[in-house]
Amino acid sequence: MMRFILPLVIFLALAAFLFKGLSLNPREVPSPLVDKPAPAFTLPQLHEPKKQFSPADMKGKVWMLNVWASWCVSCRDEHPLLVELAAQKTVPIYGLNYKDKRADAEMWLQRGGDPYVLSVSDTEGRIGIDYGVYGVPETYVIDKQGIIRYKQIGPVTMQSLSDTILPLVAKLEKE
Amino acid sequence: MMRYLAILMLALLPVFAHAGEAQDMAADPVLEKRMIVLAEKLRCLVCQNESLASSHAELAEDLRREVREQMNLGKSDQEIIDYLVSRYGDFVLYDPPMKSYTVLLWFGPFALLLIGVGMLLYQVRKRRQIVPETQLSEEAQKRAAALLNDQE
Repeated sequence: MMRFILPLVIFLALAAFLFKGLSLNPREVPSPLVDKPAPAFTLPQLHEPKKQFSPADMKGKVWMLNVWASWCVSCRDEHPLLVELAAQKTVPIYGLNYKDKRADAEMWLQRGGDPYVLSVSDTEGRIGIDYGVYGVPETYVIDKQGIIRYKQIGPVTMQSLSDTILPLVAKLEKE
Repeated sequence: MMRYLAILMLALLPVFAHAGEAQDMAADPVLEKRMIVLAEKLRCLVCQNESLASSHAELAEDLRREVREQMNLGKSDQEIIDYLVSRYGDFVLYDPPMKSYTVLLWFGPFALLLIGVGMLLYQVRKRRQIVPETQLSEEAQKRAAALLNDQE
């Protein structure tokens, strides 16, 4: 009897692991930056390049940094959601315009609406590397102390907003 | 004759058409070489089964530029690796570090091998007990020989 049960148990265990593997997304690389301070930068603003923005300006506020580009296809999916979220004024969204041309980026915002308090231009993608960006769009939730508390890889969805991001923002506001 | 020569030259074509590393500017060949050696140990995050050295993804180009610049600033290979790990996690390393959660990765195959050897030994020993070596009497041996010869 044992000679049948043991292989069966091993097979079932293997099958369970492989089945779990089917639902994992290998493209999602967990970020080591979560619970670490958001890397500092000073970049020119997209609309007013003479003015600059730095995450240090946001001390004491819970905010979102959304990495986007006009050439990014999935950004189009999340954009209406961000516009809607911005209209609710629950959390300020700042944009990191990643490896984009200024004219293209402005045109894109004119067409789809501008959910950002402001966007900054990371033309060469250097700040992107500092933030561990490897696939646009990516979104960071940053707390009052300037610590990254969550990173969304890929587009923000209705589900990720209601399940993760908004509850987290509400919690961080109380901290 | 010309035809054979042409065929021979065509056959040799693949020898010269090797795929090189992704090309970038190579201002300082020594530094470039050091960068490539390091980048071969790092994984491109976009096309995940390619090294940073051979990937043509735009992010890989940017990361190579970053590595090159940090080398120019006099940083050591280890410092650059530490920087990239702090941004992208252990995932960028092709050689996974030994950590509590990678123990299974490092020692799992050896554990499986040991289990296999153990099971083999156990089975061999058990079989020996079930089928002991039989000692035939002289009479039985003669009979067996007779039977075997009979068949021929």
